[in-house]
Amino acid sequence: MKNKILNTHMRSILGHKALILSMFLLVVLGCENDDTQTVARLTTLVWEDNFDLDGAPDPSRWDYDLGDGTEQGLPGWGNEELQYYTDRPENATIQNGVLLITAREESFEGFEYTSARLLTKDLFEQQYGRFEARIRLPFGQGIWPAFWMLGADVDENPWPAAGEIDIMEYRGQEPTVLVGSVHGPGYNGADAISKEFTLENDRFDTGFHIFGIEWGPDFINYYVDDVLYNQITPEDIEEETDGEGVWVFNKPFFILMNLAVGGNFVGPPNAETQFPQTMLVDYVRVYEFDETVFNN
Amino acid sequence: MKKYIDFKLRSVVVLGLGILLFSGCERDLSDDVRFATFNTNPDIFTDDPVGLTDEFFESFDPATGANPEGFGTDNDVAFEGSSSIRIDVPAPDDPDGSFIGGIFRDRGEGRDLTGFDALTFYARGSTTATIGEVGFGNDFGENKFVVLAQNIRLSTDWRKVIIPIPDPSKLVQERGMFSFSAGSQSTNGFGFTFWIDELRFEKLGTIAQAQPSILGGNEGRFPTTVGGSLTIGQLQQTFNLESGINQTVIPAPSYFNFKSSDPNVAFVSELGEVTVVNTGTTEISASLAGVRAEGGILVESSATAQIISIFSDLFADVPVDNFNGFFENQTTLGGVVNENGNDIIQYTDLNFVSINFFSEENRIDASEMTTLNLQIRVDEAVDPGDFIRLELNNFLNGVESGSSFTIASSELIANEFVDFSIPLSSFEGLTDRSGLGLLFFVSDGTISSISVDNIFFSVE
Repeated sequence: MKNKILNTHMRSILGHKALILSMFLLVVLGCENDDTQTVARLTTLVWEDNFDLDGAPDPSRWDYDLGDGTEQGLPGWGNEELQYYTDRPENATIQNGVLLITAREESFEGFEYTSARLLTKDLFEQQYGRFEARIRLPFGQGIWPAFWMLGADVDENPWPAAGEIDIMEYRGQEPTVLVGSVHGPGYNGADAISKEFTLENDRFDTGFHIFGIEWGPDFINYYVDDVLYNQITPEDIEEETDGEGVWVFNKPFFILMNLAVGGNFVGPPNAETQFPQTMLVDYVRVYEFDETVFNN
Repeated sequence: MKKYIDFKLRSVVVLGLGILLFSGCERDLSDDVRFATFNTNPDIFTDDPVGLTDEFFESFDPATGANPEGFGTDNDVAFEGSSSIRIDVPAPDDPDGSFIGGIFRDRGEGRDLTGFDALTFYARGSTTATIGEVGFGNDFGENKFVVLAQNIRLSTDWRKVIIPIPDPSKLVQERGMFSFSAGSQSTNGFGFTFWIDELRFEKLGTIAQAQPSILGGNEGRFPTTVGGSLTIGQLQQTFNLESGINQTVIPAPSYFNFKSSDPNVAFVSELGEVTVVNTGTTEISASLAGVRAEGGILVESSATAQIISIFSDLFADVPVDNFNGFFENQTTLGGVVNENGNDIIQYTDLNFVSINFFSEENRIDASEMTTLNLQIRVDEAVDPGDFIRLELNNFLNGVESGSSFTIASSELIANEFVDFSIPLSSFEGLTDRSGLGLLFFVSDGTISSISVDNIFFSVE
């Protein structure tokens, strides 16, 4: 989400690998229509927030990015985004066990929209493992929610060298399409390595869906609900970037969740975009990495 | 006493049997309980009509200008398979009729469409025209659950058209499978051809974010007297499609649940007809499939007449001569136009213009009225110095006298309707108002494009 323009074209070069894996998993595990997905294998929970306590998000787990990014040297957060982030309950609050991140159309600090960005920087970071969230997304032209990660050394080792894993990005004007990506040196902004997944006979804004990755030393597996839809490996990055790109995913990352309005990825809202728009997060969970699970 | 105990015991036994029955199955009431269901076939036309009446296409009445000759199937053109429906839209001067339209009906008792969420088809035009209306639910009978979508754009390549069903649970037995109506309005009077293929009901799962509305989404007032009536109109249901596009359809009133907050003042029928039975106030609202519709109306019923409406969505209007008199030295163009299903008055090249009701029989006696209400939208930027001057001209014993009230630029908003309630006492020079005949809008060119709506006099 930082300094980048995602390429909308499918860039997966190992789609067949993912397909074979997902077919295998389907055969072994069968179909399930509850929210227990079957594509992830790491099961040792090490960090979670189920947002059980109504009110402000737990400050021991979540911090905020505030403003429009100017303070960080990134006006519009590097993407020409239109919102001003706050930590007010109007933009981020927990109600009935669900975190609500709400984008509003209102005049605020010279901006037309407000919203929130929550992050675990300096509070929680982890190298490898399974990261997932159960989210109901908003909708409408110019609405851009994301659940993503940045390399924890981003202050010393600025983007894109720090690395970025986008577990979920979505355009409000494409309510059935999920985008999962990685960014790093040699593959970022418009040249990120990215893949879209289209939900059949359903939408992301009418119910909760689970967005996750399983991440190890030499792979990142992307899944949504019970579908594994992509795997990115160091070989993919090498092939995709003609050997220029570097795998920067062997270090801890922290988690971010935000709801942007406008920006390069989605374009501005239009007259039909309804406000407020809310991203509902039921939980965020992180599981420990266990190499033996993947060696079997 | 003995009898009483017997009775109690029997009911316990019966209740016990009931529990056994229920615990034996998870969802069904019992195998013996079965509701009548109708055909659930989704297909209407694939390569042939599917389960439709023998005549297949039933034209609207030629007496209304419908041209029954332009309908057929085409074995040379198909989106899928070998055949499609071909519709030749006539020119306005075609002796057989100036437009084409009609319906397809299920040949049986009707179909159960409750498992679907949209009518879909592929369409292609000989040119980039629009089809005036397409929909379903018209059965040349009760037409209880008619749905129409307007101005469907054609491309010269095949495009999928999706007409959402406002509330599928209503369609347990529907005979009206398809309806359409097309003229050459979008092609400057030139006839054209369009094809339809793979016409069917579908369960897409991506029809979402329902936004129903009544009365154009407006909150209105209905000052009236006992015996007054009003039909809730401008019914719409808008869904967001997978493409991100908002598709609006016009559902029949029976899709809505109308409600009056105080039925002792006014009640509302399932067709949205409001009948005022007492003095007092009541709020009329509606919902569709459990979603509260935007828009509503506050009925204010009092003992004496409270309203004279010139042009409004909410009240019965009095007759007028015209909405643009095209006077000498007048540059103003325009009149009544339909905007998103809502009639408004739109003027361009404005210097001055008037709504005319000066013919003797149309003059308005507003002696009892106290207020002129109207909505004005400036359809361009509002600059300092801009103004709209309203002028009311009265005819008394054959003598015409003018009066005026000026709305300053600070009270106008670009591209947004602003409500004005202007006391008639604020009109300079308006001494008598027993024979009002003209309402002028004057900008002297400071503003050239405005839209006006909901013009009425009221007693406040």
